Amino acid sequence: MSSALLKTRRSQLTKGRLPGYAIWVVLGAAVVLAAAVSALIGFDVVVWALIAAVFFVVGATLVTAAAEGSRKAADSLMTYLVYGSFVIALLPLLSVIWTVLERGLPGLSYDFFFTSMNGVTGATDNASAENGTPVLGGAYHAIVGTLQITLWASLVSVPIGLLAAVYLVEYGRGGALDRAITFFVDVMTGIPSIVAGLFAAALFALLFGPGTRTGFVASVALSVLMIPVVVRSTEEMLKIVPNELREASYALGVRKWRTIVKVVVPTAISGIASGVTLAIARVVGETAPILVTAGFASSINLNVFGGWMSTLPTFIYYQILTPTSPTNIDASTQRAWAAALILIIMVMLLNVVARLVAKIFAPRTSR
Amino acid sequence: MTSVPGAQRRTSDPKGFPVSTSTLTSRDAAGKSGDRVFSGAALGAGILILVVLFGVAVFLIIQALPVLGADPADITGGDGFGAYIFPIVVGTVIAAAIALLLATPLGIGVALFISHYAPRRLAMTFGYLVDLLAAIPSVVYGAWGYAVLAPQLAVAYGWLAENLGWIPIFAGPASQTGKTILTAGIVLAVMVLPIITSLSREIFLQTPTLHEEAALAMGATRLEMIWMAVLPFARTGIVSAAMLGLGRALGETMAVALVLSGGALTASLIQSGNQTIAAEIALNFPEAYGLRLSELIAAGLVLFVITLVVNIIARWIVSRHRDFSGAN
Repeated sequence: MSSALLKTRRSQLTKGRLPGYAIWVVLGAAVVLAAAVSALIGFDVVVWALIAAVFFVVGATLVTAAAEGSRKAADSLMTYLVYGSFVIALLPLLSVIWTVLERGLPGLSYDFFFTSMNGVTGATDNASAENGTPVLGGAYHAIVGTLQITLWASLVSVPIGLLAAVYLVEYGRGGALDRAITFFVDVMTGIPSIVAGLFAAALFALLFGPGTRTGFVASVALSVLMIPVVVRSTEEMLKIVPNELREASYALGVRKWRTIVKVVVPTAISGIASGVTLAIARVVGETAPILVTAGFASSINLNVFGGWMSTLPTFIYYQILTPTSPTNIDASTQRAWAAALILIIMVMLLNVVARLVAKIFAPRTSR
Repeated sequence: MTSVPGAQRRTSDPKGFPVSTSTLTSRDAAGKSGDRVFSGAALGAGILILVVLFGVAVFLIIQALPVLGADPADITGGDGFGAYIFPIVVGTVIAAAIALLLATPLGIGVALFISHYAPRRLAMTFGYLVDLLAAIPSVVYGAWGYAVLAPQLAVAYGWLAENLGWIPIFAGPASQTGKTILTAGIVLAVMVLPIITSLSREIFLQTPTLHEEAALAMGATRLEMIWMAVLPFARTGIVSAAMLGLGRALGETMAVALVLSGGALTASLIQSGNQTIAAEIALNFPEAYGLRLSELIAAGLVLFVITLVVNIIARWIVSRHRDFSGAN
């Protein structure tokens, strides 16, 4: 008697709901139907997947609507759309990483890392294509340029950014100046990178005559992009340093600047360091400001204050847009993708380092 | 100079206690100047930021000035600066609009997936994956769009021109290489997506749990809960996220410079043609000199003003939202 009651109750609760397997039936039907339709219009895996997805979403929604009502149907439609949007968002990521790995790995060699494009001409590329010999020329000059320009940009922007953040958090009292700085730092985060490049170019053109293009001009351009990021992240980190630490230090008679240097900043150093690393990761991949400020070099230039320089992003850009040999563009394409792989690895490494720094040096607070 | 009055005060201290007082005051003087130097440096750094931003505007204006006085016939195109800048402003807006139209719904969907749909344990990892999209340099996106996406889309464009060619934006003949403004817009959408996603995700996660639970307790489905509790709360946040994404899309250079084979302004999105300000500058700056240089800098100034306005509006919305959620 009681078991029969339980049984009816369970069926009462699940009455009007689709059984769990229904969704898989719809999925199977959608895949088969899509295969049929795509075979009609010329078979292609991408088209097949697209049609199957559309069939499944429409079919599953209709089936749910018939069995469970329109509210449930709308809910499940939303669920499919949300899951679908995530899958769509991942596609370009996977495609980019796959492309860079597939096309970049063959170009990576010892020579690629340690030779420049000096003396590599269209004839060299034609010869290597005809004879089947390895592609000559490498990205050494671009790697060195990237490191140097980024280093100088960091040297300029990290002190300024740190001090400005210290001012905002420790000295600012919310006056007009503080609000102006906060506001314009926010605005600066939105400056298009090419405008930052134009600014540096215009500044140095006024100071040292038109056409001044050196690595340092590029560093200044990158600093404009980097400073707001450094200020923002440092500010956030300084704000979460507990006030008790500052007060304890003041109570011992320690000067404010000593308190900041010895107590506040060391407490927040993990977050600050990871913020700075992320800022560097952001500017390492910038192309547009370098294009208009550092020119383009094919040989090694170690002097940031004189002569044109090349960086990995501009190297990629020029190798693709103006191949060294217009008739055999494969050599240039291969170099470009190999450089792209190095660049992505650099950026990813910086991101990982930032996360590790934040984790390892995190302050041990009681909270 | 500053140490002299301190030294005098130390020797002429009327109260006595020569040893202890003098050591205290001498420390004091050293500490005081340290304090002054440090706070001065911090203040200076803050002011320097304002000066830099001001400098960006001033130097661009100075370098762009020759354009105003120039003979209209000397400007590229031969019809003055207005006729030169108008098509590329429109092109910039078209590309950014395409990017935003694609990325906003998708970004909201992804953000909802991470905040409300994905299994809790995996949500962090998924969020990190989407953030990786932001870590890829723009030139790599450009190269990807150039080498992978454009050839794929060329096929689709051919189909669009054949079947939907009567709509002006899909008018044929379609580009054979696929290097069109629509491709550029799609690449931009991919680049803007992580910005919109991460900002909306933050705001979705801030939705008061009580509101959500109240909606669910009334028998709302998950969609209805999101519709009634999450989206109204996050509306301003989504708008500002989209605005910040717009700012990025307007100023993005490399993706467009590599992906789009530019040209005159055309209504069709699937033909080659159109150009954006940023790409125009990047493509022409290295060889430019004289008046052409001023032209490009003036174009950069226009871009600067446009993105500045967009960003200020976005920040304004964010700050209003901050007050609102603080009061909650």
